[in-house]
Amino acid sequence: QAPSVSGTVTDTDSGDPLPFVNVLIKGTTKGTTTDFDGKYTINANSSEDILVFSFIGYNPKSVVVGNQSIINVSLESDTKQLDEVVVVGYGTQRKADLTGSVGSVDRDDFNVGQVTNPEQLIAGKVAGVQVTPNGGAPGSGGRIRIRGGASLNASNDPLIVIDGVPLDNSKTSGTANPLNFLNPNDIETFDILKDASATAIYGSRASNGVVLITTRKGKEGQAMKVNVSSLMSVSSVTKKVDMLNADQFKEIVDAQAIPAQAALIGTDATDWQSEIYQTALSYDNNVSISGAHKALPYRLSVGYLNQDGVLKTDNLQRTSGSLSLNPNLFQDKLHVNFNVKGVITKSRFANQDAIGAAAAFDPTQPVYDTEGIGGYWEWLNTDGTPQTLAPRNPMGLIMAKDDRGEVKRSIGNLQLDYELPFLEGLKANLNLGYDVSSSNGRTIIDANSASGYYEGGSVAPYEQSKRNLLADFYLNYVKEYKDSRLSLLVGYSAQDFLTRNPTFARLNIEGDTLAAAGVVSRPQYRLISYFGRANYTLKDKYLFTATIRADGSSRFAPDNRWGVFPSLAAAWRISEEDFLKANDFLTDLKLRLGYGVTGQQDIGSYFPYLPRYITSDNATRYSLGVTYYNTLRPEGYDENIKWEETTTYNVGIDYEFLDGKLYGTFDYYYKKTDDLLAVIPVPAGTNLTNQLFTNVGSIENQGLEIGLTFNVIKTTDFNWDIGGNYTNSRNTITSLSNVEEDGVGILVGGISGGTGNTIQVHTVGYQPNSFYVYEQVYGENGVPIEGVYVDQNEDGIINEQDRVRNGFPDARHYFGFNSSMRYKNWNFGFVLRGNAGNKAYNNVSSSKAAYQGLKFPGYLNNLPSDILTTNFQNYQLRSDYYIQDASFVRMENISVGYDFGNLFDSKIRLSASATVQNVFVITNYEGVSPEIAPGTDDATGGGIDNNFYPLPRIFSFGLNFGF
Amino acid sequence: IQVYEDFDNYKSVLAKLYAGLAVSGQQGPAGKPDISGLDEGASTYIRALWKLQELPTDEAIITWNDEGLPRLNTSEWTSDNSFIAAMYYRIFYQISLANEYIRETSDSNMASRGISEADQQTGRIFRAEARFLRALSYYHALDMYGNVPFVTEEDGVGAYFPEQTDRSSLFAYIESELIDIIPTLIDARQNEYARADKAAAWMLLAKLYLNAEVYIGEDRYTDALTYINQILASGFMLEGNYNHLFLADNHLSEELIFSVAFDGVNTTTYGGTTFLVNAAVGGTMNREEFGIPGGWQGLRTRPEIVALYPGTDGTPDARGSFHTEDQTLDIENISIFQEGYAVKKYKNVTRDGQRGSSPGTDIVDTDFPMFRLADVYLMYAEAVLRGATGGSQAQALGYINELRQRAYGNATGNIAAADLNLDFILDERARELKWEAQRRTDLIRFGKFTGEEYLWQWKGGVYEGRKVESFRRLYPLPTADLTANPNLKQNDGY
Repeated sequence: QAPSVSGTVTDTDSGDPLPFVNVLIKGTTKGTTTDFDGKYTINANSSEDILVFSFIGYNPKSVVVGNQSIINVSLESDTKQLDEVVVVGYGTQRKADLTGSVGSVDRDDFNVGQVTNPEQLIAGKVAGVQVTPNGGAPGSGGRIRIRGGASLNASNDPLIVIDGVPLDNSKTSGTANPLNFLNPNDIETFDILKDASATAIYGSRASNGVVLITTRKGKEGQAMKVNVSSLMSVSSVTKKVDMLNADQFKEIVDAQAIPAQAALIGTDATDWQSEIYQTALSYDNNVSISGAHKALPYRLSVGYLNQDGVLKTDNLQRTSGSLSLNPNLFQDKLHVNFNVKGVITKSRFANQDAIGAAAAFDPTQPVYDTEGIGGYWEWLNTDGTPQTLAPRNPMGLIMAKDDRGEVKRSIGNLQLDYELPFLEGLKANLNLGYDVSSSNGRTIIDANSASGYYEGGSVAPYEQSKRNLLADFYLNYVKEYKDSRLSLLVGYSAQDFLTRNPTFARLNIEGDTLAAAGVVSRPQYRLISYFGRANYTLKDKYLFTATIRADGSSRFAPDNRWGVFPSLAAAWRISEEDFLKANDFLTDLKLRLGYGVTGQQDIGSYFPYLPRYITSDNATRYSLGVTYYNTLRPEGYDENIKWEETTTYNVGIDYEFLDGKLYGTFDYYYKKTDDLLAVIPVPAGTNLTNQLFTNVGSIENQGLEIGLTFNVIKTTDFNWDIGGNYTNSRNTITSLSNVEEDGVGILVGGISGGTGNTIQVHTVGYQPNSFYVYEQVYGENGVPIEGVYVDQNEDGIINEQDRVRNGFPDARHYFGFNSSMRYKNWNFGFVLRGNAGNKAYNNVSSSKAAYQGLKFPGYLNNLPSDILTTNFQNYQLRSDYYIQDASFVRMENISVGYDFGNLFDSKIRLSASATVQNVFVITNYEGVSPEIAPGTDDATGGGIDNNFYPLPRIFSFGLNFGF
Repeated sequence: IQVYEDFDNYKSVLAKLYAGLAVSGQQGPAGKPDISGLDEGASTYIRALWKLQELPTDEAIITWNDEGLPRLNTSEWTSDNSFIAAMYYRIFYQISLANEYIRETSDSNMASRGISEADQQTGRIFRAEARFLRALSYYHALDMYGNVPFVTEEDGVGAYFPEQTDRSSLFAYIESELIDIIPTLIDARQNEYARADKAAAWMLLAKLYLNAEVYIGEDRYTDALTYINQILASGFMLEGNYNHLFLADNHLSEELIFSVAFDGVNTTTYGGTTFLVNAAVGGTMNREEFGIPGGWQGLRTRPEIVALYPGTDGTPDARGSFHTEDQTLDIENISIFQEGYAVKKYKNVTRDGQRGSSPGTDIVDTDFPMFRLADVYLMYAEAVLRGATGGSQAQALGYINELRQRAYGNATGNIAAADLNLDFILDERARELKWEAQRRTDLIRFGKFTGEEYLWQWKGGVYEGRKVESFRRLYPLPTADLTANPNLKQNDGY
């Protein structure tokens, strides 16, 4: 008996037939799709079969076949975004019940194209969340800032929690970015907790916001689905530093350099920047199998990425695997959630010194020289040895350096959620997790190269291993009353972080020691926490949340070890009130108020409160008599060091019109961080250092966030959604020391062009990292007059006291705009994002644009074209001429896709997509990129443009097979 | 603190006090810095000391554009100058470290930690050396900053505001400390190399007294001579060849009284003599001759110093050796290395021409001669000329001519008794001790550092030189410490 069933699938609202709807017999792989008229036919196996109708953007529906031969189904669109479930700390909540400020992005809304790192999926998507690219190197990803960060010197990175396992955000050796290990294809959703009432459950690590990443899982009752995707991308550099070309350079050298220098000019015309960059290919292939085997939902995936960088020799290979099992056992009493992910990344890091060298290298010289060192043309001394101060041949630099790293990392957890039998509504949850990594690598400099010439080449190996263990246990109790619901949570969490850093000597090819092995370190710290949360909902209208967390961190002295972080929030669903309930126009309106205190314990140092002595490495021994002694140094310490505390107030409104036609949020926040951890000068002579990391000062942060999603049109054939978000953010330092507040402040932001020079300052009353420069005086022709600055204090001399603050690198305004459109089988989308009110320091120009570059004996430096405007003789590093408006609008991506449906009536579905990323940038900024994230050491606040690895434009073509 | 339970560690901590003069931190040549907020290499003790003592004088000028550095060339610094801050914080870093050591190694602490009596004896010597090093740093504070915060081992580690001291109190403190430790210090020339002995303490006392008129307005030349004579009687010998004093194996010299040790492999830094050798090399200079791969194209001298010598190629006076090829004598543009003659003095080669021990890096073996016998000779002559009792003009002339004979290789450079006067001493100090971090103190003692009596190129910020105001005889306290410590008052003029 094989009953044949047929019917039509329609849209509930419009009554229009729906094409391409999946029709599947539950628990099998047998299925079909509806045709253009919404009609389908399927041969069921038995009358007990269940047909599952599913289609993107609609709630699926299941129908038992029974004895029907015609089954007409209408599907309801699932724009009811209020019913979505949002992951919050230690649990989930219905979006409608949220009292805090939470931004969510799920798979359907992720950025597309060549996305190597998870954070790139959400760039430009959520108000208050900024993802600034760290540069164009493969895997370097972006820097996440939620509401601008709350700290000056401690970390501003948010806490990242993957399937319930909080990560340690410190840098892992051998990889470009801490999130690099997670394959974006395995991610289901990002939930971003922004205000303290949402984050306070994570206590001492929550000041900078929390990013909860949930990976993809199999679903109960789902037939096995295999998905194969393949993406090929081509990247190329779009903008180079604007330097003089060979002809212009010759002309300038003739005019400006002394004859001995002018005689150095060559006869070639080399565009060094074209030499070092390449058109790079990458491939990203993923296979996943998901479904449910009886009661066991599963998902298994493997991925392989091979990405070349636009800088020659840059390459990243990542092999990743992930398994998740989430069965419900004992009549759904026990929910098990088991996840394991493993990844191996192999990177070859190109020599990024070549980027600066390519800008500076004399364009009249050839790339190759058979007589040169290692086959490259170099600036040489008369005896044929390389000049140490001259720029190196950029191609020589790239080819001489072989820098490779390999990282193996695995993260996993087992979560057991059990409904306790003796009390209805009480569940116990145990979560055990781990995150381990082991990395190794080495950097080899060829002896037969200018950079390795004097040392005889070098080999520098490194290794690191990390281990992070987690145990959480909590009880969750839910009690429904007549008009209200109470939910209580109490829990305990312990996490232990251990890093091992073996050290190795740097040797030359002969085996001589160039640098002795450092002192081995094995830092470890531990966090122990108790937390609780109460949610109370009255009449589905009045919502209250209170959380508290007590955190103990081994980083602090016993007296300061524990921090308590409370929060309170309330929400009023105004739309549920009688006066609004009846209207169909404003379907949701909710007012949220939140307050909370969070902390920051990620302060870099592990034992800042203890008097300690550290031993010197073998290269800083001191000889007393004939013996070299490894010295013992007492470290500066602050026995009273404690948490940074951030107090946040948040007012938010959630609104929805016409059942999800238009919805969004509006938030205003005010954050104040006290006991700010800052490095400040201690009174000379009072500590065993001149600057101490201590709790001093405060910083204020306020902002406005607006998010909006609008469904422009929705028919069966045509759907068009647009979304936008806008953030206004303002940070101000309100205190920096225990004493006076009228000082210059703390100089930060190292620049190139001389040693120890800085361009930024933290000053009370100003935005952190404000640029601190001389005010340039311009001639009547609008050209800057060299060395002439405004004498601010009118004392007749121009010195440090005449510097002024001029802008800052953090955007005051940032926004994202996206559109996604579907017409029948076609879809089309784009994401645009931008910053305004931010400035950047063009260090490439300031450190190169002066005729002085032609006067270093024995070699010539190329000059930026800007020299033709300024005609500076000497470098003017501190002129505000080089502080430039770095507002921009970037077309993040444009994509087009086509869904072929089932191929040749087989079960194989095929879709194809094409994407262009970094399509264009509109900016007045004159350097390579207006968007400059801070260096990896995070000592700078960004905005200093110095040999930035350009962001490539990427064309991708992808195919996706499913069956 | 556990470190002090084991006597083996006492010397390792003492070694750190000495190493604080040499390296930047616990990782070589840079990393895990002792003091922060400043460029690591540039903020090392000897490099910072050298810059403050030489750049605002006729002896040296530097091309580099590092924030604040050009203002040292032209005596136009402000209280925000990071090099002035670097020296200041280095000085107080040494003082803090010494205080910690002196506190932890007190007799009662050693006894309560069960250190054996024999070890306690050694510990007392170590402690005296720590006090010497503290006195040395306080001396630099006295000389350069004058009115500085004052902390001793009595003050612990923590948050408090030290009181400001003045020059006369600080002078008295340094004097009493040195006199107090001399009996405990090891006899002259009997201690291990690079450790302080009695002669080092005598030398520091002699310098303190010689400059007493500047520091406290008192004539203490006779006291100076007392200690000079003790050094002269303790067996130091002039090095036969002047140039050998500044080479990779200069630790072999019998002329050194106290030096700061460096090594291309074991004691590595971008400060100290690595700076002195590398920064002085550029242009068409032969790198091999200096035992380094490159040269940092920084330091030259001004024409007034070149004029003190009879030649420029090390003849007839071996002390006047300059690189002149493709260099101009006058300096029109400070930031061009090839303007101004380059000084050939510190080198990373041994006396038999071997390169230093580092395999191909910039780091050098050369030790920095902080105190040496030739300086004692010159101080002897000066003290006598300034009226000290306990010496003679004839002996002074003899010492001066010993130095000149070494420089000339014969007696042709000898001077007559009539030529020996204070002006000659100042010039001879430049000829003998050029680039040894003495010049600023010397010029101040002779009244020529500020004012307009003696002008050199770029003094005061103009090519031909101009008057510099007298308040610049003291450096300002760094703004950062004035902010951190409300007890401090800025030096006059800043």
